[in-house]
Amino acid sequence: MQHEPSAPPRRNIGKAELFFGFLKIGLLGFGGIAPWARHIIVEEKRWLTDREFAELLGVGQVLPGPNVMNASILIGDRNQGLIGVVLCLLGQLVMPLIIVVALAVFYDRVASVPEVNAALIGAAAASAGLVLGTALKMVRNIRPTLLPLGIGAAGFAAIGLLRWPLVPVVLVLVPLAIVATWLARRR
Amino acid sequence: MTGVLLELARTFALLSLVSIGGINALLPEIHRQIVDVHGWMTDQAFANAFAIANASPGPNIIFVSLIGWQVAGLPGLLVSTLAILIPSSTLAYFAGRALTRWSHHPAVAVLRDALIPVALGLMLASGVSMMRTVDRDVVTVLISLATAAFVYTTRRNPLWALSAGALVNVAALHVL
Repeated sequence: MQHEPSAPPRRNIGKAELFFGFLKIGLLGFGGIAPWARHIIVEEKRWLTDREFAELLGVGQVLPGPNVMNASILIGDRNQGLIGVVLCLLGQLVMPLIIVVALAVFYDRVASVPEVNAALIGAAAASAGLVLGTALKMVRNIRPTLLPLGIGAAGFAAIGLLRWPLVPVVLVLVPLAIVATWLARRR
Repeated sequence: MTGVLLELARTFALLSLVSIGGINALLPEIHRQIVDVHGWMTDQAFANAFAIANASPGPNIIFVSLIGWQVAGLPGLLVSTLAILIPSSTLAYFAGRALTRWSHHPAVAVLRDALIPVALGLMLASGVSMMRTVDRDVVTVLISLATAAFVYTTRRNPLWALSAGALVNVAALHVL
């Protein structure tokens, strides 16, 4: 991986832009919000590069709380301070909250329709592919060298293949990754 | 009512501080608190709420919001959402500020570089875990793989792939 300092945002993203950007992320964020956040932030709005997005997601991952929400707090604060944070969180949550309550109200009537059930399963299967494809695309775009590739592969194998619980894996993997990265830089 | 709201606030605010890995990592503990300790929901209602939250777009903490709604209506929804959100968000806010302030310190550069592959590995893992949970037949596996290929190769809106996945699975219901 190159060691260029991650560039600060090229320009400040406006308050309305932040709110509506995250409103869209929340509204589209079916089956996991991370790929949608990447689609809007990296590809559509070009607020961040893949590398910068992965950095924020990594920070968001090791802190308590949902990783994308944590990342969005950093994005909101860097561009518009505390108001930006509130706008990013509100944007992500307002439509999903309305939708989830509406679904809960209609759930009993709708859940027994086989077509509805099949559509939900089909969309969920697509969402799983969306997460997978997005992660692979980020790996392609970031082009990690051997060491980070090994760290990522270890994390993937522990959680995705061996199905070890997340918290202990993160508690072991992150210090290992830090030491390895630090040793590699000293050389 | 106020007692229930305070109890919701206390329960979720404490969970918020230990929620490394988001809501899914907390699921067993949330179930224990809501169903076993407080008896606010039955097992079935809890499972249904989880299914509904998963069928909705948005961050998966809306599952906690929905529990609040089921337990105590709109006040419950607001209290639960804020309780799960504010502690971890406050921590993230100050952690982000510290990272920005020390961004030129070599240790921060190492930290950032080290976290990138962790984020990538875990995202890849979550894609595979989701496939293992959701994909139960050839059709759903194909939908997942086709969507992954679509996202990998194009910059188009993934909503196309999601809609196609839903339609294909409904069609499969009638054809197969």
